[in-house]
Amino acid sequence: MSEIDIQRRQFLKTSVGAAAVAIASGMMLYSVAQGKSEGASSKVRWGMLIDTNQCKPGCNDCVTACNNENGLSGGTLPTDSQWIRKIEIKDISSGRELSLPMMCQHCEHPPCVDVCPTNASMKRADGIVLVDKHRCIGCRYCMMACPYKARSFVHEAQHDQNPDVPRGKGTVESCTLCVHRIDVGGKPACSEACPNKAIIFGDLNDPNSEIAQKVHSVASVQIRADLRLNPGVRYQGL
Amino acid sequence: MASSTPTLESLRTKNRLYWLLLAIGGLVAMAGMYAVHMMESHGHIITGMNNQIVWGMPHVFAIFLIVAASGVLNVASIGSVFGKAIYKARAPLASLLSIAMLSGGLTVLMLDLGRPDRIIVAATNYNLTSVFAWNVLLYSGMVGLVVVYLWTMMERRMNPYNKMAGIGVFVWRFVLTTGTGLIFAFLTARQAYGSALLPPMFIVLSFAWGMAVFHLVQTSIYMWNEKEIAPAILQRKKHLLGVFVLGSLYMVATYHFTNAYFSHQQGFERFILMDGGVYPSLFWWGYIVLGNIVPLVLLYAPGIQRDRWTALASLLVVTGGFALLYVFIIGGQAWPLQLFPGYEVSSTFADGQISAYSPSIYEFLLGLGGLSIAFLITTVSVRVLNFMPQDKPYIAD
Repeated sequence: MSEIDIQRRQFLKTSVGAAAVAIASGMMLYSVAQGKSEGASSKVRWGMLIDTNQCKPGCNDCVTACNNENGLSGGTLPTDSQWIRKIEIKDISSGRELSLPMMCQHCEHPPCVDVCPTNASMKRADGIVLVDKHRCIGCRYCMMACPYKARSFVHEAQHDQNPDVPRGKGTVESCTLCVHRIDVGGKPACSEACPNKAIIFGDLNDPNSEIAQKVHSVASVQIRADLRLNPGVRYQGL
Repeated sequence: MASSTPTLESLRTKNRLYWLLLAIGGLVAMAGMYAVHMMESHGHIITGMNNQIVWGMPHVFAIFLIVAASGVLNVASIGSVFGKAIYKARAPLASLLSIAMLSGGLTVLMLDLGRPDRIIVAATNYNLTSVFAWNVLLYSGMVGLVVVYLWTMMERRMNPYNKMAGIGVFVWRFVLTTGTGLIFAFLTARQAYGSALLPPMFIVLSFAWGMAVFHLVQTSIYMWNEKEIAPAILQRKKHLLGVFVLGSLYMVATYHFTNAYFSHQQGFERFILMDGGVYPSLFWWGYIVLGNIVPLVLLYAPGIQRDRWTALASLLVVTGGFALLYVFIIGGQAWPLQLFPGYEVSSTFADGQISAYSPSIYEFLLGLGGLSIAFLITTVSVRVLNFMPQDKPYIAD
């Protein structure tokens, strides 16, 4: 083997080695950046059952908990974000009054996802409907399409954000079902904060879960069921 | 066609006037850019839009421009597809106006986005179920197709392909305006929208608005060149505009009658046509009286033959168009979503309430900026290229 051949072989070895080191470290960084390796499972359907008989008029604990958890100001101007709100309703014919929380209903067939031009509105395999903040162009078509008025537009720059819940001026946002808590085994802040346990959170697909058993045994309804969106949030006592 | 011989002095004056027009258009466009800059740095907080009235004044301007951009091509279609000579002579001008208005309208829509800097995201991620994503393709395709169509008209060697391109444009603009109507037709949860009547309604509205814009521009160009439109041609144009105005009035009436027929829609109809404050006023006075009845009188009353009356009728049709779109877009959102039929509803998020909206100066500036872009494109193109309709001695087709 000539001197040149040996040098050439040495050069190739070094190059392959350097490339392997570069790619391997890149791959490691990539996997770190991706977080947990397993994604959301389609075997799970996260949902909530809200017992309106237990929900007290005037109580705002779920709203406050949501605001604190997600770094919302709690303001109620038309330009302020409200991911969850209390609605007071009164039956016009009977006069019966009820109070209930309203938020993203995490539909199985979400209109916001259908209309989003850039796929920024998306539904995870486990049924949670989210907005990809890096893809949202702020066209607000999803806000027009949502039957529950669940979405808010960020009208101005945000400060002191919760690192788990990034928000950005010029993009649309809504209840994430506290996905950052769910992914580490927790439950949504509103459900945890309710003093009367009126908001039951769990996996609708798991027959042993409290929510699945309750949905099986008590009458509950979906709001605007006529639209056949199959929301993951159900209401009892309406 | 009467014309006077231009003198050196009159040409100089016109030249100055041309630059003055460009300067005015440019200033308005710059004011629009200023509004965009403000909205970019402060956010939409400085507009009148909010979480209840999600789309505002910019959308009224943008949708008018886009709908009229499609309708103005009628003139071209009647020429190229149906072979009518006096329309064929006007097809290049109609095509130019279409490109100009599409550009203006799309610029407004794009710059109103919360994140206009992410335009590349919109261009590279298509959700095939989204009407907005379809429209990105439909609008850009329209501009491309009309450019080709213009080429087949203005380049002699391409003339044989003119009919083919004309048919392409004819079909495309129907699909395009259907797409614009579908933006609202698919919003099934909102009572003002979610109707299959909306795409055809937008198509017929586009005929009237496009024809009106065309007539305004044509009148200006004839005035500029100190020429008069042959009375027979004017007569045909007037009748066509009148028929389109009547047709669009029929579609709008059908939309409201259909709504009023369903008991669950009657509250909304009462709001938009009777109790809703600014919306019924704009609908009846702005759209019906100023935008339809007065123009129809101007177009059809015996003894009114002058070109300038037709121009005034056209201007009123355009004004009525803006009034109708304001009622449709803003009024439609002001009416609350019905989450609990049969219940009185209240919340901190305006549930069960009529939402208030007052557009800010920035929204107007952005919308006017879009208009000025259409104006600048038209003015410069008419100056540097030959868009003046060249009529042969008039022969009935």
